[in-house]
Amino acid sequence: MNIHEYQAKELLRKKGLPVPIGKAAFTQDEAERAAAWVRNETGNPLVVVKAQIHAGGRGKGGGVKVTKNEADCTAAIRKILGMQLVTHQTGPEGKKVGRLLLEQGVDIAKEFYAAVVLDRQKGRLVLMVSTEGGMDIEEVAAHQPEKIFKAVLDPILGLAACQAREVAFALGLKSAGMEVVNAACKFFATLVRAYQELDCSLLEVNPLVLTKQGQIMALDAKVNFDDNALIRHADIEELRDLEEEEPAETEAKKFDLSYVKLTGNIGCMVNGAGLAMSTMDIIRFYGGMPANFLDVGGGATAEKVTAAFKIITADPAVRGIFINIFGGIMKCDTIAKGVITAVKEVGLKVPLVVRLEGTNVELGKQILAESGLNVVAASDMADGAKKIVALAGQVAA
Amino acid sequence: MSILVNKNTRLLVQGLTGKNGTFHTEKAVEYGTNVVGGVTPGKGGSTHLNLPVFDTVNEAVKQTGANASVIYVPAAIAADSIVEAILAGLELVVCITEGIPVLDMLKVRRLLDSQTGLKRTRLIGPNCPGIITPGECKIGIMPGYIHKQGHIGVVSRSGTLTYEGVHQLSQLGLGQSTCVGIGGDPVKGMDFIDVLELFERDPDTHAVLMMGEIGGSSEEDAAAYIKRHMSKPVAAFIAGQTAPPGRRMGHAGAIIAGGKGTAADKITALQAAGIAVAKTPAELGVTLQSVLK
Repeated sequence: MNIHEYQAKELLRKKGLPVPIGKAAFTQDEAERAAAWVRNETGNPLVVVKAQIHAGGRGKGGGVKVTKNEADCTAAIRKILGMQLVTHQTGPEGKKVGRLLLEQGVDIAKEFYAAVVLDRQKGRLVLMVSTEGGMDIEEVAAHQPEKIFKAVLDPILGLAACQAREVAFALGLKSAGMEVVNAACKFFATLVRAYQELDCSLLEVNPLVLTKQGQIMALDAKVNFDDNALIRHADIEELRDLEEEEPAETEAKKFDLSYVKLTGNIGCMVNGAGLAMSTMDIIRFYGGMPANFLDVGGGATAEKVTAAFKIITADPAVRGIFINIFGGIMKCDTIAKGVITAVKEVGLKVPLVVRLEGTNVELGKQILAESGLNVVAASDMADGAKKIVALAGQVAA
Repeated sequence: MSILVNKNTRLLVQGLTGKNGTFHTEKAVEYGTNVVGGVTPGKGGSTHLNLPVFDTVNEAVKQTGANASVIYVPAAIAADSIVEAILAGLELVVCITEGIPVLDMLKVRRLLDSQTGLKRTRLIGPNCPGIITPGECKIGIMPGYIHKQGHIGVVSRSGTLTYEGVHQLSQLGLGQSTCVGIGGDPVKGMDFIDVLELFERDPDTHAVLMMGEIGGSSEEDAAAYIKRHMSKPVAAFIAGQTAPPGRRMGHAGAIIAGGKGTAADKITALQAAGIAVAKTPAELGVTLQSVLK
């Protein structure tokens, strides 16, 4: 799960991390008042107006403006709030800006990078820092790996003080004085603790800045959460911005279905994540394009299958549907009944190919065959993929 | 012969009295698995499915001589169940539960890594279908009847895709020595390499079918291992060639992050190590058949 920058900063502020003074706003009026509040708090006319969308590259897309006075700021708010912001992460259609962050301007002496990430192979969290602040860290890792420093964390110890010092020295902060080194150490320790307490899956501060006044501060923050851990963080779940999520994916979540919207035109319903990915792959192999990833899960009921079918058919891009089930716990006759119920309820306007295998397969096939529905039976995965691609039409890559 | 489990495995079920524990234990017993008891805190002293129930794993091990356990408890408390099984000294722990928070698994992983001496616990999963030695012992949620005794080792990060692979093998008359589902989570117990090492040592396993997916670099690590250490032929498949970057594809661990963990990278690494990679999931069986000597 992702949240906005202003929400991330608020969470980090509560954990004791230094972040710029700022306030979020949803309307022009609110934003102007928030800007006035920031000017009053800082005693400085400088206010940064930042578009709040779930995508990087907002500055380059015109979604961030440093304003020097009130009139300037009001104009920037008017321009950014409600704009369709296009960045390298939004796609060409962009995203509508519905929220702003009004924030103090900061005199930057130097920019750094700091993040806590999961190293899957080691099975450890890693504090990763770099002297190359404000840059795309993957670029730095690819071209200047010597400028990235890491501390591997023990799950019990967390970040040891000696590890924090080591990375702070590696960043060259000693030249700014031991006070700055100590402030950075405290920052890193707090960052690691925040990751653990909030059950993050990513906590990235880029840039982390040293101000001209000698302060260490998180100028931007990106926080992702471990979806598995949201069960113990009801307060974080409340930060979810449904405007930022695909409505079909939100709907799927209600039924405990794992759904990801894709760009093709062949809807897929599969049990199991690995088989669902493989089904997308084989559709592509035979010249089609999957419209979605959909895993109905291991123990799906007829109700879940019906819900899944509705979500797939609600996608206007879908020109055909491929149901691929390997029954284990899930019985093929359950799937067959669910499909029939769904078709009767929502109708079937596109070709439907069904491949069943596994537990109660003969019964499942029989139920479909006797239903009188226009269902094309497939003997195996390849047969099913070929049939649906032929029926729904090939698509160029 | 086989790896990890056989007819001598004495299985304990953690979460026996729950819905999933009950359902899958009945199936396991039907298959012939030697289930010796269950653990549900608070229900110790009772019986369920004609099996003795204990309050703690320690007590259950003492009374039954169990050497393996399977876990069917809810995600919020499953990591503690794994810890309990490790501390009780079981040789093998299979965790079926999906949805365990990553930070919980990091602590489990530390405990596993800190074990010394000969008596170490091996963990399979979490978020996995389990492990089966056809005709001898079934631990987990896989349909038993698709399997067939034989000499192909199967290892996979997936559930139903594993069934697909096993089914194709059985249809071709290629039975399996042992099938291991290592699970779809980013932080887990045994990885590909750990299982491959056992298959290489098992005289009854003649070849291995390995099924990976996007996310992480376990398949690349496995490719390097196979090239250096394995004499037996391996066929592979990688799911997720059409998965978009940055999206989690059902499994918590199936995500292309920062351009890393793509199917293309994994396939390249496997092929460079001389491993036959199936072009489509419909060719899992025939690809394995093609590498048999």
